[in-house]
Amino acid sequence: MTIKFRQADWAEPLIFELSNKGRIGYQFPPLEPEINGSLDPENLVPESLQRREAPDLPELSELQVLRHYMHLSQMNYGVNSGLIYPLGSCTMKYNPIINEVLASHPKITGLHPMQDDETTQGILRLLHTLKGYFLEITGMEDATLQPAAGAHGEWTGIMLMRQYHRDNGELEKRTEIIIPDSAHGTNPASANMAGFKTVEILSNDSGTVDLDALTAAAGPQTAGLMLTNPNTLGVFENQITEVSEIVHDAGGLMYYDGANLNAIMGWCRPGDMGFDVIHSNLHKTFSTPHGGGGPGSGPVGVKELLADYLPVPDIVEDGGVYRLDWDKPKSIGKVHGFHGNVNVALKAYSYMVAMGGEGLKESSELSVLNANYVSRKLKDLKGYELTYDPEKPRKHEAVLSSGPMLSDTGVSALYVSKKLLDYGLHAPTTYFPLIVPEALMIEPTESEPVESLDAFIEAMTEINELAYENPVELLSAPHNTSVTKLDEVKAAHPKTICLSWRRFCQIMSDE
Amino acid sequence: MSKIHRYLPNSVPEIKEKMMDEIGVSSIADLYSDIPDELVYKGVLDIPGPSTEAEVKTHVSGLLEMNTTLRCPPFLGGGVWPHYVPSVVDEVVHRAEFLTSYTPYQPEISQGILQSIFEYQSQVCELVGMDVANSSLYDWSTAVGEAALMSSRITRKTKVLVPDLMSHYRYSVLKTYVEPAGLSVEKVDHDEITGLMDLEDLKEKVDGDTAAVYIENPSYMGFVEENAVDVGEIAHDTKALYVVGVDPTSLGVLKAPGDYGADIVCGEGQPLGNHMSYGGPLLGILACRHDNRYIRQMPGRIIGITETLKDQRRAYVMTLQTREQHIRREKATSNICSNQALCAVAAGVYLSLMGPTGMRELGETIMSRARYAQRKIGELPGVRAPIFNSFHFKEFTVNFQHKRVDEISKDLRENGIQAGIPLTKQFPDFGETSLFCVTEVHSKKDVDMLVSVLKEALTG
Repeated sequence: MTIKFRQADWAEPLIFELSNKGRIGYQFPPLEPEINGSLDPENLVPESLQRREAPDLPELSELQVLRHYMHLSQMNYGVNSGLIYPLGSCTMKYNPIINEVLASHPKITGLHPMQDDETTQGILRLLHTLKGYFLEITGMEDATLQPAAGAHGEWTGIMLMRQYHRDNGELEKRTEIIIPDSAHGTNPASANMAGFKTVEILSNDSGTVDLDALTAAAGPQTAGLMLTNPNTLGVFENQITEVSEIVHDAGGLMYYDGANLNAIMGWCRPGDMGFDVIHSNLHKTFSTPHGGGGPGSGPVGVKELLADYLPVPDIVEDGGVYRLDWDKPKSIGKVHGFHGNVNVALKAYSYMVAMGGEGLKESSELSVLNANYVSRKLKDLKGYELTYDPEKPRKHEAVLSSGPMLSDTGVSALYVSKKLLDYGLHAPTTYFPLIVPEALMIEPTESEPVESLDAFIEAMTEINELAYENPVELLSAPHNTSVTKLDEVKAAHPKTICLSWRRFCQIMSDE
Repeated sequence: MSKIHRYLPNSVPEIKEKMMDEIGVSSIADLYSDIPDELVYKGVLDIPGPSTEAEVKTHVSGLLEMNTTLRCPPFLGGGVWPHYVPSVVDEVVHRAEFLTSYTPYQPEISQGILQSIFEYQSQVCELVGMDVANSSLYDWSTAVGEAALMSSRITRKTKVLVPDLMSHYRYSVLKTYVEPAGLSVEKVDHDEITGLMDLEDLKEKVDGDTAAVYIENPSYMGFVEENAVDVGEIAHDTKALYVVGVDPTSLGVLKAPGDYGADIVCGEGQPLGNHMSYGGPLLGILACRHDNRYIRQMPGRIIGITETLKDQRRAYVMTLQTREQHIRREKATSNICSNQALCAVAAGVYLSLMGPTGMRELGETIMSRARYAQRKIGELPGVRAPIFNSFHFKEFTVNFQHKRVDEISKDLRENGIQAGIPLTKQFPDFGETSLFCVTEVHSKKDVDMLVSVLKEALTG
């Protein structure tokens, strides 16, 4: 392997430890004499609520603050700065720079969400058009851009189902949401937060929904089903039409988790598969950055039967004029304080325009080619296997199991992923989905040139060899990252847990 | 334009062919052969493009240019506020290593974001007077929702009391959030003169089934909730939790909620270094005391300190993940996965630049400017500002006795000024009233301009 990677290690102190009394990193414009002279600062706050003790915030100069965070950034790994970030189900594709430039335009950054519609025609038009593109890609009939993340979209979608069943007088009896065992953890959590019990059904030998199990689970108590397609194994649910029929016949609704939409744009649409409500992750499929954990955006699309329940306000167009429409008496209400992560939506819009309809389809195709390229080159190595129909094409991601490696050598998927970090490659999603032992869920995305894929394959091949020849070397990985392996038990132990500087100081003074 | 796209390195036909050859695939369609034919979309997605970067830039900036240029920052608040964002903040959040990373599932290669968020959590704790903060929620409104659900899980009670003067938007989100869990939300009256929470009404409504009493400080109407200490005592008398929602820019001058009895603090972190961006992304703050009963019930990601196994070096890691959806699934404390991490980093950078002195100056500057505006507007004929006789922070109500709010807003708009939030729909009892907001970004000149246009609008 020719890649030489060494992540920065600044042993950077906490910013509180860099503080020196009296330093400042920002100065305010002075108050004009007429404002300053006429007011007594002591008299601005009621005495009982005056802050007597200043917050213990760090005191640094501007450059010191900047350097601290520059150092920290060098101890982090991003798509745009790394080599490959094949985190399955997260679609870590290239985050185009032009999108960031546009999202920093003062005519969006300085816009307040409560401004009169007359002054926000540009952004309203952009959002309205984005909604149209979203419906076109997904085959749905109406949508909201309000949810701030994928899980937020899931919950919003299930709340729409809830309102639908309530409206039909059936909420009392429709208490269950069916979820396959391969589902993302957010699915059962969202269903639960929306007030439903979850019923898990097992996958069949092909890794798809078992129709018999589904038939047995569906009934008058079913509110709906949540499904990802392609599912988390990267396998297309080819019996999706039958699945929809079973759920609809039972009076339930179909929810589509759009986390894996990147596989199928232009090839097929959830709306045509029988789904009634969907979300999509703009931070996955539509190239907006993941920001170290967020912000994302999780717009929700629905068929007509759920449109009345969508959150307020809607964005409507009337003779070329755009406005926010609050008149939705059956709406579930608001799900976000304002209009959702608009700045993220703007980046997704820029991306869609950069790709166009044909470009989006080609993106999906190349994401699928990349995933199959990697998985087919790795699946026959001794330590790995592709469970569930290995000959079947995967979509945008493939779940490799390192089960054989574990039983042969004692090296688990955890160490495979830690060793990958030493090559300067990000690890796949590990131990998910739960139905694959020693899962390594690989999603290269279409952004990766074949050279990066080859580097990943080479690294995985070397790790396979090491596991059988010199497993001890794997067990001490990673070495080339800012820090070596961490004590995660200590971090969570009630005696040693430390979640803030304040607590840290208490612990230090106790010792 | 060539068929090869700049974002798609393997769209070069020779490369694509070679890749397919190597894995024994004769066409891309082979890879989609498992999709039943009746589901295959036969059309072409009707989305314009592909476009060059220059085309994208021209098109999208063209749309943004259609937003009106105002002569000064909008006089709007209510949960998103115009504040200055120092350049260092923007520089840091545009670093590719932060911007284009994801949740730090691999902590060894993600110490940068982990430490940054640990510092954010720590700074929030200092500001609000708590011991533990999570790494972020979507916004203030969903943070109130989560705080209510958290209170209910801790107390096993189901009633939440809120001020009747809270933002209708936040109230709507709260209601939507807690309905499935069977929680009821009840409004507590305000004092007609001061706007403060009516303690008698609170005492009447709080009971053995109350999970939480919630106040906002400063309130949605902009005044400081002077009854904050008493409200907390009343809540605690019935073993309800005391939840306080904050605008963090006030906390350099206002007492930390942890110092007047709050059990859980939530709020909006947008003003700490995050642009308004038409209302998103925002930053939901959630903090509580170091008490295991609370921490175990907290929603969202939390970063903690730990050590390397080999040489005991200090390091950072996501912790208490057994509360979260990817482990606990339907039994998780919340479904939240993606959060607002980068906004939290921005807030951390902002607070580091400000320091204790900056936060005090920020609060004093805001109050001085807002007070000046309030006085000048209040001197206009036929205007009452504010309608409540209390100390105000950066927002204040303006009541127009002889003119409609929408007419005033229109007159201001035509002069390049964005008026305050009309309260006519949210609070019809207040008559023709708007909620104006003035911060450190509004100069005396801006305020004087507002006042002079208002004066014309009132007499015109």
